[in-house]
Amino acid sequence: MHALEKILAKHAAKDKVKAGEIVTCQVDLAEVNDLYLHVIESFYEMGGKKVWAPEKVAFVFDHYAPAPTIKSAANHKVMREFVWEHGIKHLFDINAGVCHQVMPEAGLVFPGMLLVATDSHTTTHGAFGAFGTGVGATDLACILMSGELWFRVPEVIKIEINGKLKPGVLPKDVILHILGKLGTEAAVYKAIEFTGDTVKNMDIPGRMVLCNMSVEMGAKTSYIKPDETTLKYLKSRGVDVEKLEIPETDLDYEYSETYNLDVSDLSPQIAIPHSVDNVVPVEAVKGTRVDQVFIGSCTGGRVEDIEWAYKILKGKKINDRTRLVIIPASRDVYLEAMRRGYVEALINAGATFSAPGCGPCLGAHQGVIASGEVCVTATNRNFPGRMGSTGGDIYLASPATAAACALAGKIVNPVEYIEEV
Amino acid sequence: MIYKGKAWIFGDNIDTDVIIPARYLNTTDPAELASRCMEDVAPGFSKKINAGDIIIAGKNFGCGSSREHAPLAIKASGISCVIARSFARIFYRNSINIGLPILECEEAVDSIKAGDELEVDTDTGVIKNLTSGGIYTAMPFPDFIKGIIQAQGLLNYARKAENRNV
Repeated sequence: MHALEKILAKHAAKDKVKAGEIVTCQVDLAEVNDLYLHVIESFYEMGGKKVWAPEKVAFVFDHYAPAPTIKSAANHKVMREFVWEHGIKHLFDINAGVCHQVMPEAGLVFPGMLLVATDSHTTTHGAFGAFGTGVGATDLACILMSGELWFRVPEVIKIEINGKLKPGVLPKDVILHILGKLGTEAAVYKAIEFTGDTVKNMDIPGRMVLCNMSVEMGAKTSYIKPDETTLKYLKSRGVDVEKLEIPETDLDYEYSETYNLDVSDLSPQIAIPHSVDNVVPVEAVKGTRVDQVFIGSCTGGRVEDIEWAYKILKGKKINDRTRLVIIPASRDVYLEAMRRGYVEALINAGATFSAPGCGPCLGAHQGVIASGEVCVTATNRNFPGRMGSTGGDIYLASPATAAACALAGKIVNPVEYIEEV
Repeated sequence: MIYKGKAWIFGDNIDTDVIIPARYLNTTDPAELASRCMEDVAPGFSKKINAGDIIIAGKNFGCGSSREHAPLAIKASGISCVIARSFARIFYRNSINIGLPILECEEAVDSIKAGDELEVDTDTGVIKNLTSGGIYTAMPFPDFIKGIIQAQGLLNYARKAENRNV
């Protein structure tokens, strides 16, 4: 069995499961974000009275935080009251950040766990060897009542990545490259495992980027085998690693597909409008005018991402016809970026900082774009209207590319903007 | 169940931001969601369709966000079922959970044209094109999922399960 199958088997109290089988599993953590008032409504409509295990539930206010409209304020109010009434242990209010960043930071994510959340990017937690998957409101309401949900055991696709990335080429470029090659439906109903030297040498934030964007290929979940890097991160977040039971993939497990990639010669990549798999080298669209740059979200709002902006922009000024919006993915990220002096340097360079959360990544607030505008963003989706007007053009790139574009006011190759180390 | 209606054609990779833009996710009111359904690609969509009409789409329908608002908006706008080459997985779950019948059938998607009158039997998976005379068969659902569909959604299904436990 694959480690992911072992996770499902364990949570279904079975010795064995196989791809295609439908199993009912107990989940370890259920997370609801603030788009999902439906969860509470469905919970009561189903006759729910008590939440099955309040200590295994988290509510995170990130998509509409702080509340941009009276309606979202009212939704937050109902959700807070639900949390208090049911004694739910984990409430990450508007001061916390994006769910996929704050849960690992709080030590809630660990290898071998089954994590279900009302967000498609729950695949991110494969970076920790967890089985993370997104669902809608009714599924989550069922979990709140019973702690259980049905799953189809997924086939697993192996993507082996080898080679040392060139300076200025980031994990985001790797995943965009993969998306461009495999397309948006390569992994529908399936799981993706990332392996190979490049992944082994990648830090946790980089691994999170790969797993995060797996869902853009349709993946149900993703997986990277936990190693020393994983355990070190978990320890730093207060997880008792000695107690973990980490499942391992059997040597005779058969992957449904295997892809091998060498990324040693990869150049910075960019997904051009209006599809995530419409990927070309940045050089191919060089010179395109840029109105706004966004660095943030569960894909590109970590300290390492803001660090790239700092490296490229410190002591300089962004183009006077381009806006740069930066939203740290969490309070911890924000504080660390402040401690390191990134925030001050970037504000001096012309950046606009907003409170931790999803921000304009899903077009709700904090910097949406107008019709006719071009946005280069370190986020994950470039569907029409995703970040505001459907008349806007969204280009997905690495935080390094995004920052360099803010400086130049047009699409440029970030490699030319990186000072020699 | 048998559904009858006119075909509305959409392409590949129709994502949830297109089905219902994030700016409307504050609401859980089905009528309001319906009024915004597909508005960025097919303005006034919900006003043009008649109850029972059927969406025919390409591959990976419903990709993107996990928002259950997407199938809710489609269902509330009067669409009786969606036939596509393939569905994104969260959309697939959400549709079944809220009782929106969805069928995967390449053949039907290849042959059906905009405005064709269709008759769909979601129990057998047989899709009849009353305009052209074509008959296609969709992939059947696993029994477990059939149970949820027959209960017209997970909510009702769970209610029944609850009843059994009491």
